[in-house]
Amino acid sequence: MKWMRLSGLMRKEVYEIVRDPSSIAIALVLPLVLLLLFGYGVSLDARHIAIAEVVDQPTQLTASFLAELESSPWFRPTIYPDRISAEQAMMRGDADAILWLRSDFTRLAYRSGSAPIQLTVNGVDANQARMIENYVTGAWLIWLQQQAAQGATGIATPVIADTRIWFNPSLRSRDYLIPGLIAIIMTLIGALLTALVVAREWERGTMEGIMVTPVARTEILLGKLIPYFIMGMGGMVMSTAMAVFLFGVPLRGSLLILFGTAALFLLTALGMGLVISVLARSQFVAAMVAIVTTFLPAFILSGFLFDIRSMPQIIQALTHIVAARYFVTMLQSSFLAGDIWSVLIPNALGMGTLCAVFLGIALLRFHKRLD
Amino acid sequence: MDAVLVRNLSKSFGKGAGRRDALKNISLRLPVGSMTAIIGPDGAGKTTLLRLLAGILTPIADEIRVLDHALPQEALALQSQIGYMPQRFGLYEDLTVEENLDLFASLHGISHAMREHRFNELLTMTALGPFRQRQAGQLSGGMKQKLGLACTLIHPPQLLLLDEASVGVDPISRRELWNIIHQQVISQNVTVLLSTAYMDEAERCDHVILLHEGEILAQGSPEQLAAPLQGHAFMLGDIPTATRNLQSRIAQMPGVVDTVIQGDGLRIVMQEAQPPRLQDGLASYGQPRAVPARLEDAFVSLLFSRSVRHVVPLPPHRDNAHDGSTIVEVIDLCRNFGAFTAVKDVSFTVRKGEIFGLLGANGAGKSTTFRMLCGLLPSSSGKLLVAGLDLRKATAAARARIGYVSQKFALYGALSVQQNLSFFATAYGLSKQHRQERMKWAFEELELQEYATMNASTLPLGYKQRLALACALMHEPDILFLDEPTSGVDPLARREFWARVNALAEGGTTCLVTTHFMEEAEYCDHLVLMSLGEILAQGTPSEIKAKARRDDRPNPSMEEAFISLIEEHEQPTRRAS
Repeated sequence: MKWMRLSGLMRKEVYEIVRDPSSIAIALVLPLVLLLLFGYGVSLDARHIAIAEVVDQPTQLTASFLAELESSPWFRPTIYPDRISAEQAMMRGDADAILWLRSDFTRLAYRSGSAPIQLTVNGVDANQARMIENYVTGAWLIWLQQQAAQGATGIATPVIADTRIWFNPSLRSRDYLIPGLIAIIMTLIGALLTALVVAREWERGTMEGIMVTPVARTEILLGKLIPYFIMGMGGMVMSTAMAVFLFGVPLRGSLLILFGTAALFLLTALGMGLVISVLARSQFVAAMVAIVTTFLPAFILSGFLFDIRSMPQIIQALTHIVAARYFVTMLQSSFLAGDIWSVLIPNALGMGTLCAVFLGIALLRFHKRLD
Repeated sequence: MDAVLVRNLSKSFGKGAGRRDALKNISLRLPVGSMTAIIGPDGAGKTTLLRLLAGILTPIADEIRVLDHALPQEALALQSQIGYMPQRFGLYEDLTVEENLDLFASLHGISHAMREHRFNELLTMTALGPFRQRQAGQLSGGMKQKLGLACTLIHPPQLLLLDEASVGVDPISRRELWNIIHQQVISQNVTVLLSTAYMDEAERCDHVILLHEGEILAQGSPEQLAAPLQGHAFMLGDIPTATRNLQSRIAQMPGVVDTVIQGDGLRIVMQEAQPPRLQDGLASYGQPRAVPARLEDAFVSLLFSRSVRHVVPLPPHRDNAHDGSTIVEVIDLCRNFGAFTAVKDVSFTVRKGEIFGLLGANGAGKSTTFRMLCGLLPSSSGKLLVAGLDLRKATAAARARIGYVSQKFALYGALSVQQNLSFFATAYGLSKQHRQERMKWAFEELELQEYATMNASTLPLGYKQRLALACALMHEPDILFLDEPTSGVDPLARREFWARVNALAEGGTTCLVTTHFMEEAEYCDHLVLMSLGEILAQGTPSEIKAKARRDDRPNPSMEEAFISLIEEHEQPTRRAS
């Protein structure tokens, strides 16, 4: 290992990054767009649910229940004259759910102490349907409680669930999406970009020229690893700053742990990128392989969008070789909960193992030879 | 002492049925300070041999010692003492000339104190000094090769391995490259091993190795190799007209190994040491006189016996196809790229059925002119008519009258030969029956049958070129554009290619061609010599050569004429930069 050769290679890499708009696009513009898109656009919360209300016989009691729904930020109620027109609204997609208070609502509420409501939910989006069901039931229970407290009706108050939500009390999906997103961005810079730039060297024949110099293979690998590591950490700083200052995501853990975790993950991603580039020597193939083996799993199998525990067993097992899985968990814990060692240590061990495996393969399989 | 010692070296690629032997039991020795050329047809194993000696392929051999390092174990130690320039030298195109040099200086561990001196030396040698801060991607082809060589020489190597360093380079840059290489051999006692498609380059070496299908067919000094053919070569001089026609007739005579057009005459190589017997109508051309044999004769005749060569017969001369009418007309054509004028006030006409050659240094504006003619690039100003139409605005039907073979042979690598042909035929809208006829024609005339199911990307270069030609000819165009179609192609394949072009022209297809091989320019009816975007000279090959006639050079070759005319023209610009 010689510093002059390594620094020469790194300087070359920096010039290329600075002068090639495509690598800047992948390293800076794409993360920015993703962060803004997920930060502002995509949300897994159900807000402003369009709910069609049908009241057969309006009374003071039905009005008070509807007022409860009206005042909630989750609902956007519209009154329909009858059930048929409400059903048509749901067919058209104007309503996500129909709430039907039948003509005997008030009578039953006073007499038997239990007033039935009928909720019809559009189940096409199962996730949202379940949420609407929960929200309406919640609103219903709250209203019942209020009615009982006022002693206005003889409605028996059922058991009231007193829910406390920890770590993300306002249930903002942004708060757990953005830490997950950071993992995606780091995968992009670490694996996709690295695989592409090495494949480009094969394609343009620059690798052949480099190989016949006295440079050692570790120097070639480090010459790629170090600049993209720095660039990835830069992306991490940018993403963290945006998360905290722009989107108001809390950062409860220490910065040191956060960036230590990020460094470990970035090394793993770079290792994957290098392994891909050893196997794929054209940019097209490298991009395809990188997207399928690193980017998509980071999206789907990391627990970023979909909860790993609700996946089938075999897929759950598969997630253990997805480095982003560990990183997403650690990031969510760092941002939302703090330095929880019982979470950090096993995940760090998992990621560290993957890191060693990938870098090891890259080192073993990369030869200064064309065959 | 030997710089290179190789005993029983073999190399194969692939496994199982796809296994291909690139080299079979090669043995060779190169003494220190010698200069050796490897020549041979495409796929002979030239590149593989160079890569093995550079230590970037795993060999199977009894012994390989390069500069006293046993390979493959001591490859790393060897690599600090050699310079290797791959066929496509990988310059970092986003980096400037100086930054490229800097990178290779760092990789070779040259101290910063030493660098400035060495850079100046190399930049002066390559005349790249004025372009120090220019990005490598913006250099012309010739300058890129010179920079590649400079990067290879950054740390004075003891062994220099050059893989077709002068492919696609114009004669002037080629001469400059050679001067640099020579200087290294003479002043530094460097051992040089190079592969080349130019026989004149091989002739300048001490030792020549002829490779064929992974085996050494012959080796020795150029004189030694040419010796058996002394007495076989003849010259038939002063042919007034229809040289190509005569060439084709003589080529088909029994006992003739090779015929090439040279100046106003024909050079003929015979199988036996007897002059060709010119009978019937040919007798009027006089008796051929004996000339000394050269390396190229040895190359052609050694391979003549080994490969079945197809002599392309000329179709009957169609007089109505050569009525002298103008088919391409260019008047005051200009093209600017930003502030840079790539083509400046270019005017010429091409007549029906002629072979029209566009010559010029790298970056002279040849390809830009070609692209405008094909309608691929709009002109900035000027008039441009191809078959009476401006192709930029013409309909698809009008475009179907032209065929285009690009420098890089735009073929679909993942499709088989048959699929490529079928695709291009469909793209030109040929009916099913017509398509089958043309494919049959392509398989027979261009002898592609044998390779019909092979993927285009795995074809040998010569066959790729044939396939590209076949694809461009599927729709029987009136005008064929050929942009450096013979770059890097070996002499035999080049001869065959030109025989086909001759046949096409004779049959009435107008051919426009660019080339860096000056001997190929002799085949053209009309030449345009371009330099710095302008036309420098135009006329028949003899007229062009006459322009370069000086007292000390009464009979210049095409290459000499090219170099002197262009240098004269570019002198003021070169001085300015």
